[in-house]
Amino acid sequence: MTAVISEAPPAAAKRSSITATGLVLISIWGLIFVGIVWALVNSVDPERLASYGGRIAQGFVVTVELVIASMLIGALISIPVAAGRLSTNRLVAGIAFGFSYFFRGTPLVAQTFLIYYGAGQFSSELKAVGMWWLFRDALNCAVIAFALNTAAYQAEILSGAIRNVPRGQREGAAALGLHKWLTLRKIILPQALVSAIRPYGNEVILMTKASSIASIITVLDLMGQTRYVFSKTYDLSFYFWAALFYLATVEVVSHLVNLVEARLTRHVRPPSTARG
Amino acid sequence: MPELLTLFVVYYGSQYLVTAVSTALFGVPLEVSPFFAGMVALGLVMASYASEVFLAAFRAIAAGQYEAGRALGLQKGKIMRLIILPQLIRLALPGLSNLWLSLMKDTALVSVITLNDLLRQTQVAVSSTRQPFFFYLVACLIYLGLSLLSSIAIGQTRRWASRGMVTR
Repeated sequence: MTAVISEAPPAAAKRSSITATGLVLISIWGLIFVGIVWALVNSVDPERLASYGGRIAQGFVVTVELVIASMLIGALISIPVAAGRLSTNRLVAGIAFGFSYFFRGTPLVAQTFLIYYGAGQFSSELKAVGMWWLFRDALNCAVIAFALNTAAYQAEILSGAIRNVPRGQREGAAALGLHKWLTLRKIILPQALVSAIRPYGNEVILMTKASSIASIITVLDLMGQTRYVFSKTYDLSFYFWAALFYLATVEVVSHLVNLVEARLTRHVRPPSTARG
Repeated sequence: MPELLTLFVVYYGSQYLVTAVSTALFGVPLEVSPFFAGMVALGLVMASYASEVFLAAFRAIAAGQYEAGRALGLQKGKIMRLIILPQLIRLALPGLSNLWLSLMKDTALVSVITLNDLLRQTQVAVSSTRQPFFFYLVACLIYLGLSLLSSIAIGQTRRWASRGMVTR
């Protein structure tokens, strides 16, 4: 007992020295943060805000549209890819793996360039098929690139979630004489999708952040408009406003995901918390 | 916050700051190289993700490990070096390797601030040969090769880091 008491003070002294360096570090970060906020508040110029605020808001709408469109199209594409990933056929599984490996292993910027500029190389062929209108617009190209990219990730989420459903569930359904598709629809998918909600939410957040890449191929999304405004005004604070927009979006999405998850998993929570 | 935005803020922001400071001090505006800005921006992003990974890894180490170290009469630094860090590497490795792979893809963004990376050189090649599809595909394949190499290296490191673990 006495040994413990005599040991304690030096340990406490050491801990306080560590917190001192920690305090210094935190105060440096705090100072930087305060400086940014001060610079932001200081640089608010109502005239500029009035003339460029609309543009930023428009850009924000384009970003939201871009994310929603590519997420939905990506979800559609991801279904066959996920089926391929789960397939026992070697060729099908290989193709699906190749698709997913390519789009997950290469930078999204490179993919976007590949589609936007690469389509230009086949403009005469595309015109002959009547698809040129689709690839002529930068926004469409961005949606295609993002959709393919997110499809690869979503296919991984989906196939992983389906794989994680215990085998007994499938066997139980087979024992009940349920058809394969009915098993999938009524037994496997409801359980798989519950566990997939969180990864899907992460994917939406990643997509929101990645959507700024569209600005490089001349799409006027939130980032694109901000770059335009910056090139007109040389006012750095617009980048911080754009950052706030992105942060707010990410925050809203993650809170929505939390709500949805809490709602859908209310039956598996321990009874004491579920009632309270 | 998107990586691209961080890149722009650091590039233009540090440009602004350094120019202001250097004109005030020496009377000549200095320039921030795109390489430096890209490095700092990606470094900041990486640091914020990596700190999360390390935090989770530290939390996953049982308090008993520290207590055992103290019971053996080891000093704080030694506990950290001999007991905690070897376990920490194993726990943090999956997260860190994911970060490494995504960082490698994020480096493609620096081409936007006129740094001559793989993607920017590809753009140069495209503008002189007018074969965008071919060259961007080659660039993609090079990135793919890089991530293939790193996953091999990561696999080796993982085997090394978990050498003391019971294999199931």
